[in-house]
Amino acid sequence: MSLGPYASFIVTSYGIVAAVVLFLIVWIATDYRRQRERLRELEASGISRRSGRSAMDIQ
Amino acid sequence: MMLIDLANPTRFLSLTARILPWLAAATAIMLLIGLYQSAAAPDDYQQGATVKIMFIHVPNAWLSMFVWGVMSVAALGTLVWRHPLADVAAKTAAPIGAAFTFLALVTGSLWGRPMWGTYWEWDARLTSMLILFLMYLGLIALWRAVEDPSRAARAAAVLTLVGAINLPIIKFSVDWWNTLHQPASVFRMGGPTLDRAFLIPLLVMALAFSLLFVTLHLAAMRNEILRRRVRALQMMQATRQQAA
Repeated sequence: MSLGPYASFIVTSYGIVAAVVLFLIVWIATDYRRQRERLRELEASGISRRSGRSAMDIQ
Repeated sequence: MMLIDLANPTRFLSLTARILPWLAAATAIMLLIGLYQSAAAPDDYQQGATVKIMFIHVPNAWLSMFVWGVMSVAALGTLVWRHPLADVAAKTAAPIGAAFTFLALVTGSLWGRPMWGTYWEWDARLTSMLILFLMYLGLIALWRAVEDPSRAARAAAVLTLVGAINLPIIKFSVDWWNTLHQPASVFRMGGPTLDRAFLIPLLVMALAFSLLFVTLHLAAMRNEILRRRVRALQMMQATRQQAA
């Protein structure tokens, strides 16, 4: 596959899109782990929801 | 499942836990197919291989406006229907929409340099897209500036609805004003003007990026619900410590 004289523009475009999409995925996945960890710490310290159910309970 | 059923955050979390793996897999598969088709697409007789930038530029540009549309519906949900998850949806969509808008601007600029001879031109389409990006940043800043989520939600909802005026301006800017940007070639009266060799990869990539948005948005909404539970528990902890 030849990208012609403007290959650098094409490759840079795809590279930037890949980098930003990857950043979004990692950011959201890291945030999820951080929130779960905080909830675990709070529940371990004896703080619970008024309903008595675990904050991580999703059923 | 009715929309009202999803008003219960716990039920929403249960639903996302079930469907997120499937959505992520569908997104990855569609992206792979779209990238393969983009690579295999022929060169354009005028633009050469730079037409491949279209397959990432156009989906990002569409989504930049679509996400603001989603936020506008969520804003109505906050102000009119008072749906408990409406502001969660609006808040978490903003950074993702900002990212899509940023990518539309950057890839457009990188496409414009070889085709137009310039990275940037202060014409109606490019300027209105830049304004959209700045509005996303303004909304994100507003959410961060106001600590109480419910107060921030109302202010952000009003700003979002006012900002929605920019969407038809972006869409029709190429018809209303002289601009370097080409007119609509897919969603137009009389059907698409793109050849099938370009149209099919473009639509596959648009579907892939739409699935990516849905996946990321649901995951971010799940995080926001957990963040609010953390906040509620921290406030209970602070109250107990004060009482002790």
